Amino acid sequence: MSGPELGLALSVFLACAVEAVEALTVVLAVGITRSWSSAICGCAAAAAALTLVVGGLGPALTSLRLDVLRLVVGGLLLVFGLQWLRKAVLRAAGLKALHDEQATFAAETAAATAAARHGSRKIDPYAFVVAFKGVLLEGLEVAVIVLTFGANQHDIPLAAAAAVAAVAVVALAGLTARGPLARVPENAMKLCVGVMLTSFGMFWGAEGAGTSWPGGDGALLALIPAVLLTSLGMVRWLRHHAGALAVVDDAA
Amino acid sequence: MNALARVLGEVWSFFVGDDWLTAAGVVAALAVTALVADAGIAAWWVMPPAVAALLALSLRRAMR
Repeated sequence: MSGPELGLALSVFLACAVEAVEALTVVLAVGITRSWSSAICGCAAAAAALTLVVGGLGPALTSLRLDVLRLVVGGLLLVFGLQWLRKAVLRAAGLKALHDEQATFAAETAAATAAARHGSRKIDPYAFVVAFKGVLLEGLEVAVIVLTFGANQHDIPLAAAAAVAAVAVVALAGLTARGPLARVPENAMKLCVGVMLTSFGMFWGAEGAGTSWPGGDGALLALIPAVLLTSLGMVRWLRHHAGALAVVDDAA
Repeated sequence: MNALARVLGEVWSFFVGDDWLTAAGVVAALAVTALVADAGIAAWWVMPPAVAALLALSLRRAMR
């Protein structure tokens, strides 16, 4: 497996694992309190929709000229990567609340318990819709990451396999734990994903814009640590100046 | 029309997020890279400082 292929697999696996942990919390909450069959049907429907997105847009993306593809993919990965990095840096610096799976689980469970039940239908619409929305919304960003990384490397199957492996690992861990995966170091994983998306976005975006990196693909070996060190440096700086700064409220 | 506007709003929010200035900065940095490369000058050095600056500015805006 080449360096970029390894980077692709790792980035997609981590991004998908983080989103799968968040989706699992929602699915567990409605599954336990409402109906497992409806929650699983909601998951399956969302997975089918995401497969359609990847299957439909994949060939369209791979048919683009390589420089156009790299420019578009690089730009998208940079925009996503900087969003992930910003949130991860703020959380690591203690300026934004960490994502709390136990709290999300408690809130979703309370909402699911309070929601009205309609008769004795086989499918509980509330459980189905909540599970469907949870998986679809968390999965859409992963679908775009699978598509962009996969199309650029002309290896969408590898990206899709990494995503499926991440979902399988998280689902297995959820089944074993029988509860939300609260001890997963989500923010560290998000920081890693942000670093990878930003580094690959920078690399491919610049190549798509018509320039070449010194050392070719080897430049990634400098870009990835440079982005990581820059981010950690910002965390450190923000921690030292935290007293003078306001805490960011939204926990999205 | 309302449904279309809502869908477009969701698409915008999905791709651009809550910080459109960062997205605009990414587009500008890529445009500068293309212009420098088009002039026959090595342009790989444009993106790293641009990205570091965009992240720093985005963090600054988030804390206001």
